[in-house]
Amino acid sequence: MNNTIVSYLSQFEGHQKFLAVASEFLGFDVTALVGFVIFFTACFILVNVAAAIGGLGTYAERKISADIQMRQGPNRVGPYGLLQFLADGVKMILKEDVVPAQADKFLFNIAPLLALSGVFATLAVLPLSSGFILTDLNIGIFYLLGVGSVVGVAIFVGGYASNSKWSLLGGMRGASQIISYEVPVTMSIISIVLLSGGMSLVTVTESQGGLPHQWFILHNPFTFIGFFVMFIGTLAEANRAPFDLPEAESELVSGYHTEYTGMKFAFFALAEYAEVFVLCGIVSALYLGGYKVPMDLGNGVFFVENLGLPAVIGKNIGQLLQLGAFFTKTFLLYYVVIWIRWTLPRMRVDDLMTLCWKYLTPISLFNLIGCAIWVYFFENQSMWSVIFKAGAAGAGHH
Amino acid sequence: MSSTNLDVFMPVIILIALAIIMFVGAIGVVGKLLRPHKPTPLKETPYECGEAPVGSAWSNFNVRFYVVSLIFIIFDVEGALMFPVAAVFKDFVAIGAGGVVLGSLLLFILILASGLVYCWKKGDLDWVKSFQLSEDQLKKLNEVEAR
Repeated sequence: MNNTIVSYLSQFEGHQKFLAVASEFLGFDVTALVGFVIFFTACFILVNVAAAIGGLGTYAERKISADIQMRQGPNRVGPYGLLQFLADGVKMILKEDVVPAQADKFLFNIAPLLALSGVFATLAVLPLSSGFILTDLNIGIFYLLGVGSVVGVAIFVGGYASNSKWSLLGGMRGASQIISYEVPVTMSIISIVLLSGGMSLVTVTESQGGLPHQWFILHNPFTFIGFFVMFIGTLAEANRAPFDLPEAESELVSGYHTEYTGMKFAFFALAEYAEVFVLCGIVSALYLGGYKVPMDLGNGVFFVENLGLPAVIGKNIGQLLQLGAFFTKTFLLYYVVIWIRWTLPRMRVDDLMTLCWKYLTPISLFNLIGCAIWVYFFENQSMWSVIFKAGAAGAGHH
Repeated sequence: MSSTNLDVFMPVIILIALAIIMFVGAIGVVGKLLRPHKPTPLKETPYECGEAPVGSAWSNFNVRFYVVSLIFIIFDVEGALMFPVAAVFKDFVAIGAGGVVLGSLLLFILILASGLVYCWKKGDLDWVKSFQLSEDQLKKLNEVEAR
């Protein structure tokens, strides 16, 4: 079943009434048109939210790094320097757009667009809540892996097209790093698909519960290791420290975007920060229960039955709670990502490859086998229910 | 509302269209009106820390990146083939036919793992491939050098 935001909204009475009235008024069936308008509005809002999160991500990064290094950080533009990213944007748009004379002009210009559209396309399946998901593709995670790789292509194309040695090195490193770390990430995701029995991100989230012991991270020992493998892998895929070798400023000047100026550079930066947000969201959906709210408050039944609210309002309050749960988990992970960047030194390029191929890949293969055997022998119960059942059986013998 | 496949993929198309609009709007329209455009030959040279660039960057490049991408393709294809099996595995366990699927899954992973072991043994996973000499070779080399 494919849920979308349109199919969520169309279950309410108001939507049907509006469709009937509008169809009568305009003289044709407006269902498809209204569906398109809702999709467009939702996409527009989500893109703006992602852009704002990307912009505020740069602010958060500077502020948290300042905090860690006992500095002030940006504090002039707006309250607490919150509008710094807008000022940076204005500065970027006023900068001259320099294209190197020897560069491959077409590829050079199109690389930031590739990065941006790759990240924005992944927003489509981000499970913000059970209703407010743009589209719940039944191949959600697979789609995400595919579309997410476009960013890697963009980094490589940007590095190659600049025709600068620093950029080429950065682009090459970026491409090899992203494709290498895709292997452990894919294996970890497959083990989650094994447990949830579906590739749609809503199915994955719904097969977890609201409380920590019902999340997949604590489902069995293998997923507990799998979470860390996946998290390290996503750090590397988003080119975040300690894996920021493609743009290692102390060795490669600025890596793959050395030759980029003005808005094109800004779009690379925006894509990077938005990608970190998306990947944190995916990790929280896969391992940390995503949008699930404790005590099943998310489906809104509680508000309708106990507080006597109308069904429409109760359901939407539940959705808002789910939205809050999702964003809380995602932003906590985002904080950890920034924290890691300002704590750990950068890795060497051969250590990076060793970590991926000699440690994370065998571990993730082991996890995959472990999860498969767990699902087969314990019929998909979590380790808590297995332990408690064993404990109850042991107590029964006395 | 019936949802056909096209409806479901509609947001993807809209999101990519929005990315293009944002990009073209900021760089091609607004930016073009606001930003200066004064190219000089020096400004258009690639950056090499203040030195004049030597040659083009598009030359022969380290082959290790190629080996990594080859290994990746093998793993990624196998991963892609495992996804559908993983998605239905739970249902097969529920109807009591999980053993067959588990067996084939393990066989598949075994082939994948043996590929990894082969690459590891061959030294393709080492970023810096070591050509360490054996004891005999070292002795011979010393004899040659002594002469």
